[in-house]
Amino acid sequence: AAAYSSSAAAAAHGDVAPASASVLPDTLDRGSDAYARNAAAVAGLLADLRARVSQVLRGGGPEAVRRNASRGKLLPRDRIDRLLDPGASFLELSQLAGSDVYEEALPSAGIITGIGPVHGRLCMFVANDPTTKGGTYYPLTVKKHLRAQEIASECKLPCIYLVDSGGANLPRQAEVFPDRDNFGRIFYNQAKMSSDGIPQIALVLGSCTAGGAYIPAMADESVIVKGNGTIFLAGPPLVKAATGEEISAEDLGGASVHCKVSGVSDHFAQDELHGLEMGRNIVKNLHLAAKGTSIQSSACDYQEPLYDVEELRSIAPADLKQSFDIRSVIARIVDGSEFDEFKKLYGTTLVTGFARICGQPVGIIGNNGILFTESALKGSHFIELCTQRHIPLIFLQNITGFMVGSKSEASGIAKAGAKMVMAVSCAKVPKITIIVGGSFGAGNYGMCGRAYSPSFLFLWPTARISVMGGVQAAGVLAQIEKNNKKRQGVEWTKDDEEAFKAKVTEAYDREGSPYYATARLWDDGVIDPADTRRILSLCLSAAAKPVPEDTKYGVFRM
Amino acid sequence: PAAAAAAAAGAGIEKVLVANRGEIACRVMRTARRLGVATVAVYSDADRGALHVRAADEAVRIGPPPARESYLNAKAIIDAAHRTGAQAIHPGYGFLSESADFAQLCEAEGLKFIGPPASAIRDMGDKSASKRIMGAAGVPLVPGYHGAEQDIELLKLEADKIGYPVLIKPTHGGGGKGMRIVQRPDEFVDSVLSAQREAAASFGVNTLLIEKYITQPRHVEVQVFGDQHGNVIYLYERDCSLQRRHQKIIEEAPAPNVTAEFRSHIGGAAVSAAKAVGYYNAGTVEFIVDTLSGEFYFMEMNTRLQVEHPVTEMIVGQDLVEWQIRVANGERLPLSQEQVPLNGHAFEARIYAENVPRGFLPATGTLHHYRPVPSAPTVRVETGVEEGDTVSMHYDPMIAKLVVWGESRSAALVKLKNCLSNFQIAGLPTNVGFLQELASHSAFEKGIVDTHFIERYKDDLLSTSTKASGESDGVAELGAILAAACICKKDHMTSKESIRADKTLSVWYNNMPFRMHHFARQPLELELEEHDGFSEKLLKLFVTYKCDGSYFIETEEGTSGFDVKVDHKGDHDFRVDAAGLQNDVTLAYYSKDNSKHIHVWHGKHHHHYRQTLRAEHVADDSSQPSHASEGKSHPKGSVLAPMAGLVVKVLLEDGAQVEAGQPVMVMEAMKMEHVVKAPRAGYVEGLKVTAGQQVFDSSVLFTIKDNSAN
Repeated sequence: AAAYSSSAAAAAHGDVAPASASVLPDTLDRGSDAYARNAAAVAGLLADLRARVSQVLRGGGPEAVRRNASRGKLLPRDRIDRLLDPGASFLELSQLAGSDVYEEALPSAGIITGIGPVHGRLCMFVANDPTTKGGTYYPLTVKKHLRAQEIASECKLPCIYLVDSGGANLPRQAEVFPDRDNFGRIFYNQAKMSSDGIPQIALVLGSCTAGGAYIPAMADESVIVKGNGTIFLAGPPLVKAATGEEISAEDLGGASVHCKVSGVSDHFAQDELHGLEMGRNIVKNLHLAAKGTSIQSSACDYQEPLYDVEELRSIAPADLKQSFDIRSVIARIVDGSEFDEFKKLYGTTLVTGFARICGQPVGIIGNNGILFTESALKGSHFIELCTQRHIPLIFLQNITGFMVGSKSEASGIAKAGAKMVMAVSCAKVPKITIIVGGSFGAGNYGMCGRAYSPSFLFLWPTARISVMGGVQAAGVLAQIEKNNKKRQGVEWTKDDEEAFKAKVTEAYDREGSPYYATARLWDDGVIDPADTRRILSLCLSAAAKPVPEDTKYGVFRM
Repeated sequence: PAAAAAAAAGAGIEKVLVANRGEIACRVMRTARRLGVATVAVYSDADRGALHVRAADEAVRIGPPPARESYLNAKAIIDAAHRTGAQAIHPGYGFLSESADFAQLCEAEGLKFIGPPASAIRDMGDKSASKRIMGAAGVPLVPGYHGAEQDIELLKLEADKIGYPVLIKPTHGGGGKGMRIVQRPDEFVDSVLSAQREAAASFGVNTLLIEKYITQPRHVEVQVFGDQHGNVIYLYERDCSLQRRHQKIIEEAPAPNVTAEFRSHIGGAAVSAAKAVGYYNAGTVEFIVDTLSGEFYFMEMNTRLQVEHPVTEMIVGQDLVEWQIRVANGERLPLSQEQVPLNGHAFEARIYAENVPRGFLPATGTLHHYRPVPSAPTVRVETGVEEGDTVSMHYDPMIAKLVVWGESRSAALVKLKNCLSNFQIAGLPTNVGFLQELASHSAFEKGIVDTHFIERYKDDLLSTSTKASGESDGVAELGAILAAACICKKDHMTSKESIRADKTLSVWYNNMPFRMHHFARQPLELELEEHDGFSEKLLKLFVTYKCDGSYFIETEEGTSGFDVKVDHKGDHDFRVDAAGLQNDVTLAYYSKDNSKHIHVWHGKHHHHYRQTLRAEHVADDSSQPSHASEGKSHPKGSVLAPMAGLVVKVLLEDGAQVEAGQPVMVMEAMKMEHVVKAPRAGYVEGLKVTAGQQVFDSSVLFTIKDNSAN
């Protein structure tokens, strides 16, 4: 097959004359060294990204995949493909979660999650990967499962659980079982969502042992596949040990028992494909009355951006010290490259304005340098405007932080930053954050970092996340260490200091990497810059709220 | 009634009842409507919503589905005419069209019978009487000796007069018993003696007759027309040599490779034949032509409008149904013999629902997809069915007649082949593929035809699945690739349509289905059905959705794969670009017997694929085989009904001992009888059907059990 290249920018590029004043001009200097450097650097990053993804797409290794197939079972992504509407998109989340966290490989954290439509209704899919450690739940598996449920709960998406799991990973029970956001939370979420009228559907395609048994048991409606699907609190070996009873897995908790006798499952599937077909049918029969008339259904015909979205790969800053105009990113993600800027001449290091993405109105907030007091005030103002009008917010993060120094502090920058944090925290519109470059310190907060519960948060491969830059941190820490050594009367040579600094910088580099972040579910995935528009459009569609919620703010320190 | 008849004779027909169904009923009504004549259809319960019923101004129910209770029910038809005030009855072909009694009954009831006089029907209906009349009128008959004198020397003398080879036949009996073909005079005496012995043993009478044996006969027939004023003309001949099971499937006019002199001779003979029985209206005189000598001999006369009359209409530019109505009105023939034009060449191909590999047995089923070629001045499609209609076991399984005209025979043949490849039918087995093979055969292209043609070239014609399998595999694979691409396109569009109400969702159905850092890829399994289930081949395909909305399709064999781009042109039609080659493709699919059937037409090819569907509803996990697998898992020795039809005779009782090949029962569907035989020796078990019972295609009739198992 052809090499992966992204996105379908159907519009003609470049030769379209700006139709109105709101059209962003083409400011990209395609002949510049920086352009070429970035393009080459990002191409390298993308090649690395794709290599990592193609590794996890293979699941738990050829032997496990072969064994899975021999049982008439599909891989989790193929199962999801069969459930989706033909030719429909699937927004997979946190593909690279679990990478290089544990000693053993845990591709995609052993669970595939994502959003896609079934019979025209968006659903959240949560699919165990039985080829990865028997589908057992590692701490990050639980985290990924809970994140999917969080999104489903917030966006009111029916959940389809494709269950094929051995339950909690026993050696790691302490990190998996007891705490609030551990295994038990999965069922708590099922109960709460069900009570909120969000359908919970379980397709039992493999084993469902112990705690896992509660996934179908807690579901509104469940399907079980003859032969492969089993549900029991304890499997045959444990039963034999506990009671002496000898029984086969099928007789203990197979499809027949649960559909005919126990009533734990509702639908009997002859085989996996039949079970998946039944899953589609269940969604078909969900009553859609609650969905109502969607918000501003003005999403209709729209124009693609005037400029090639693939050029985003050359705009993404390979070197964070390089500055670039965030408008060149906006020009490549919004309809017709039209952007109506708000307060263009004030607080110019923050760009704010209105646009549409695939017909959906959005408010965009993008960094164009360090945040000053004025920029933070402008940001807070703009967020208030959008919440007032129920317009979803998109944050394009590329921020080293708020300005430091006496002048800044005297201007009350902490107060201004707090206003922005207050506004971001309380805003009840869908919020989507894309970290295109740096995400450091309080800048991460004001620009809707993970702690501010954006509906979705994605990283470009050029992103870096940490409390501050590695060099700065090394400088600060070296200063402290130097003072310590001095107090202890220990000699600290220039070489010692350099070595110390290098160690700190190296650690910050490692931990600031987008892969370090995404492996730990600090985000919903690393994306190709060229896919940004497509992904934003899908997220906006998924996050669209049937009834807009009003925002109420706390006390703004004036 | 007599007074009414006299009154009716004066005026022209204003309302006609068509005592038939299907394409011929539709065809007659079309002309009637053009002439301003109102139409009345009759229908059985099976045809309540049929096309011929809807095509008529009025329609009258005449009885239950079996023909003898409806379309052969003369009284019900006459009543229908009276009830609707029709003055005339057009019988079409088949059913009552050649019933002298019916023609007579019509006249007696004051209704005009649009056809020949009852006396002519009667004269020509009796084979030996008609030959006597023809002999007396000087129409050439197959040379032979039919005398009572059986002296062997005399017989030899007669044989010498006739010329070898000759055919010896017992005067009584049939079934080929006692028949001998004698090639040379020195074999004659021995043959006569053995034929006499066999005849005596079989029929108790040993008298023989001798006829000339025609080794390579052609079937040539002449269209004649007469009026009630004694004028009879001929409208040239048709060659109908291409036959299977003694039924014509491709006819043409004029006959290929004949001289003008032959044409006027045979035409003249036909006119003499018609005049000898006082014939008027449309009729056809059938001749057998000896291709070796060029001689022709009278066979029989069909006293009706024939199925294949359109080929004649095409070359003479006349509407024979209009002529029939005008003659019935007492008008003179519109043309004299000299005025009859002869333009170009025409073919007719009869498209049947039939199982070609099962010996052309009639088939039944639903026309899930039916798209005949569009009509044009040079292309006529005569059909009595529409998409969604059913071809039932009650009547003739003909779906349509495709008639084409060209300036020359070769021009007409090009058109015939093209139309056949664009004639789209899905849902039941048809002979379209076979007709394509036939039309493309080199001997047929040269016009070298005789009635043994299909038998002789059977291997060429029926071997589409086995011949050059390498080549046809490639085409079938291409077909599967095109089908896969069209299915993906169509499914995607259907999904997209279904969410039209909620526009915010449309981004999920944009051209390329989005996947994070990889392409969406869909596996697709298609079972190739060759000859409607006679052989199957599983094709595994993988469709990868590409950025620009095109597909990359690989086959399991892992060949390089195709870039395929699909444009939807509307409905079932697509324009597909596969690896740079653009083609029109039509896709049809429907569900039947727990399978999804997919038909694809591309270029001159038509492929049929199947996807097994999962049972919609399964009650429990009982190990009952699903319905789909049932068809293939009958116990050994099961004998299945070869077709849907009527059990005519059951020859043995349940439990009877049988030899391999021994007849067990006789079935009938339409005009064909089929003997169901024991596939092996043993005893019959489970024989429950009785004479007069309808059975469905592939239902189990009985089982032959081994004696040893007892």
